Amino acid sequence: MATGTQEKSKVQVNDFSWMIGGPQGTGVDSSATLFAKACIVAGLWIFGKREYHSNIKGDHSYFQIRVSDHEVKSHLDPVHLLTTYEDSTAQIHAHEVIPGGAIIYDPTVTHPENLKLNKDVTLVPLDYAAVLRQCAEEIGQPFSKLVIMKNTVSVAASFALLGLGMPEIEEGLKTIFTGKKEKLIPLNVTAAKIAHEAISKEIIDKFPYKLKPIKGTPKRLVLTGNQAVALGKLKAGCRFQTYYPITPASDESVYLEGMPEYGMLVMQCEDEIASVLQAISGAIMGARSSTSTSGPGFSLMAEGLGWAGMNEVPVVVVNYQRGGPATGLPTRHEQADLFFSIHFAHGEFPRIVLTPGDHSEYFYDAFESFNIADQFQTPVILLCDKNIGNNTQSIPMFDESKLIINRGKIATDADIKKLDGGNGSFKRFSLDTKNGVSTRSLPGQKGGIYWMSGDEHSEVGHIDESSALRQVMHAKRMKKLEAAAKEIPSEMKFALHGDKNADITLVSWGSPKGPILDALPTLQKAGINVNFLQVRMAWPFPSDEVTAILNKAKTVVGIEMNFTGQMCDLIRRETGIEIKNRILKWNGRPISETEIVDGVTDVIKNKKQRVELTGGL
Amino acid sequence: MASNINTKNISDTKLTVKEYKTDAHNDWCPGCGDFGILNAIHQAMAELQLAPWRVVTCSGVGCSSKTPHFVNTYGIHTLHGRVLPFALGAKMANPELQVLAVGGDGDGYGIGAGHFVHAGRRNVDIAYLVFNNEVYGLTKGQASPTLKRGEQPKSLPSPNTSDGVNPLAMALSSGFTFIARTYAFAGAHLKNMIIQAMEHKGMALVDILQPCPTYNNLHDKQYFSTPIEIDGQKQQRWFDIAEQGYDGVVKDPNNAEEVNQKRSQAFEMAYHPGPRIPVGVLYKIDVPVYYDRFSENAPILKEHTPASLPVADAKGLATTDLSEAYSHLAV
Repeated sequence: MATGTQEKSKVQVNDFSWMIGGPQGTGVDSSATLFAKACIVAGLWIFGKREYHSNIKGDHSYFQIRVSDHEVKSHLDPVHLLTTYEDSTAQIHAHEVIPGGAIIYDPTVTHPENLKLNKDVTLVPLDYAAVLRQCAEEIGQPFSKLVIMKNTVSVAASFALLGLGMPEIEEGLKTIFTGKKEKLIPLNVTAAKIAHEAISKEIIDKFPYKLKPIKGTPKRLVLTGNQAVALGKLKAGCRFQTYYPITPASDESVYLEGMPEYGMLVMQCEDEIASVLQAISGAIMGARSSTSTSGPGFSLMAEGLGWAGMNEVPVVVVNYQRGGPATGLPTRHEQADLFFSIHFAHGEFPRIVLTPGDHSEYFYDAFESFNIADQFQTPVILLCDKNIGNNTQSIPMFDESKLIINRGKIATDADIKKLDGGNGSFKRFSLDTKNGVSTRSLPGQKGGIYWMSGDEHSEVGHIDESSALRQVMHAKRMKKLEAAAKEIPSEMKFALHGDKNADITLVSWGSPKGPILDALPTLQKAGINVNFLQVRMAWPFPSDEVTAILNKAKTVVGIEMNFTGQMCDLIRRETGIEIKNRILKWNGRPISETEIVDGVTDVIKNKKQRVELTGGL
Repeated sequence: MASNINTKNISDTKLTVKEYKTDAHNDWCPGCGDFGILNAIHQAMAELQLAPWRVVTCSGVGCSSKTPHFVNTYGIHTLHGRVLPFALGAKMANPELQVLAVGGDGDGYGIGAGHFVHAGRRNVDIAYLVFNNEVYGLTKGQASPTLKRGEQPKSLPSPNTSDGVNPLAMALSSGFTFIARTYAFAGAHLKNMIIQAMEHKGMALVDILQPCPTYNNLHDKQYFSTPIEIDGQKQQRWFDIAEQGYDGVVKDPNNAEEVNQKRSQAFEMAYHPGPRIPVGVLYKIDVPVYYDRFSENAPILKEHTPASLPVADAKGLATTDLSEAYSHLAV
């Protein structure tokens, strides 16, 4: 595992951390996409971390890509190669390049003597204008039209240093320039070749980090968490999606809007209140319905979701957490909505909160959340975050063979004839149920007429404030939570990763899963015998399972992206087990594998109880 | 096409008004304008012979929002101010249903005003009846958004300090494609406006002036029904604009000049200086409804609705084929 330090002479293959930066809107994302795709073409695996400001153009943004010979789910703190095409990125990030690493810079704008450099960092000048001018001459096009290709140039030069050749770049370009843009490929190939050759052999030989293609790596998906959720929804049969634009959630809806052929009606609403209510209404009509948002929008949805709880509507809401409260850190990462998600809205009603932790789980949990919603006829919250939502990873293709759709108790016309007793009013909220779930009819069904009300209501749905009715109807709804706790399979609730009998158990939820899993081998090597309890369902809380696991551990360490340690507090409340050791981070930047290793070491070896992580720019 | 499915009763037995009524307990005050409107809804549905199970009646919160419980259709009594998002969601997810939205003036023009504006922009095929009595009845008579500045019904401790909104002008500027006003005890006129609104293919508003016998003593039943003297002649308070030759219907929606002329006259009528009150259809235009705008891009939604699209096989296996989406992501 890469820890950053490394002997000069030793070559490190396929274990690499690359960074590119620049003002927003100048092609940072394009460069990173090309770099990532070309690595994947080479059979390698990537994790890409995107950091950006709440700004359209001009503010500094950067992309960090980790490359490995196996699936990686997190970034590393050390940067092995920093590629820049303007000065600000060099100024901001130069000190993150570790000894032995290198910086590609444009000598016409960046002067290395002004940079904060570690020792033994190789300086790689690359005159972008000269490369593009040569390219312009070769293909006979005006230089001004080619400036945009500095992205390709930056990637090609990086590949030259890494020992990867033109074939991967060409294939990478083919995955990006498709359809009408195909004609741009030869142009970019020419620029890439010139840039590739512009790096001297002497410098290449000196640079110890190399990437070597791996043959026979199966086809993989390269996608963001937003896309993974979108695909899970499509697969689940969700055909009604509503949203109001918000970072970091709307990429999911916009992605879905771009695929009308699936027949999903995606509706941009006037606000998040309308978004959640329209989704709820769509769900009542029988369409699997959903909305996606982030903290501020989720706050606005609270009242509506309380209504859905009261009226037993199966609706799925995705909350991509970002830094809060208020507008907070709109484009940054945090996990501080856990308590809010299990408590939003006034009054009591059952809600189910899933906390997927990586790209694959985003897909499978998005799929399963609709089954759970239908099965228990109540809101399901998919508590995601910006770190996975916006970050790109290469992952194995999804296994769709076991994806079964379960619509729960929906009345057939025959059921209705049997159930309504011929009096014309269907007991939608029938109290005659073991697990609290009653059979629902769908508007349009003859004989299925019923009413809904935010007021307490009778079995057919009319307002009924009587104490006797309230007593049993409220209990019927709440009973569904017990049923969910029993009936949802344990693999949806938690996962114990690593050695079952380890002395030390790390506890986390959501996206820290990635860096924790990546860090486990390093910790084991360092003699820290550790496993990892990932809580995958926050509500109803899997108390028995968590208690059993934590009681086995000698030491428990909580790891979360918030100030207080909300999961640790929830565990105390639900199990009585107090987790004193907490590794916490709230600066908006995701936890790296490096930080997990250092943080856990700090707790175990230095007996530090509260470790506050501060990594990332 | 999915959005053209007949929502009417096709059996040989004719449905009577009685079949649109329910036995739910009604707690409106005696003399409430809500009764007049409820009766007209029952009559309109019977006249249209709507199949009750193909109708969804949505409401917000307030006295008038209890209406769905008294109408024998699928009924959704929602949250304060939120009738329109529910109605829109219902119609978009299943355009084969007839969707009726009802609620009060506080509900629709106050807390729900944002949704009102955007419902107009989208032209979803919904009829929206607003029971407009200028007060918040269920919370004991506070000023609603339609109460004019300086007016003081007996429930207000001091005269109203805010100006009233003009719902008809608001609907016009928001893009509603059918805009009408009527009165809760106008009988045939009221029923007729509701029928027209429900038959209109698009977003229809019927603003229904309505007495609140408990809290609004300024505009009570007597105010509306007592003839007033104008130029020495006794005249009814409200008058049907159609009878005076007013025609609010746009004949050619592509004729910008005609559209402008009809809009201008509707705007002028919305600000009629009184003391008589105009009722009738101020404006009507046919433009593509929201669902059809979507299905233009997604032809599969012409064959199916989001609620009816098959997504699993007989064994429950998810059948959505993602290979096209994967082809853009897989390397």
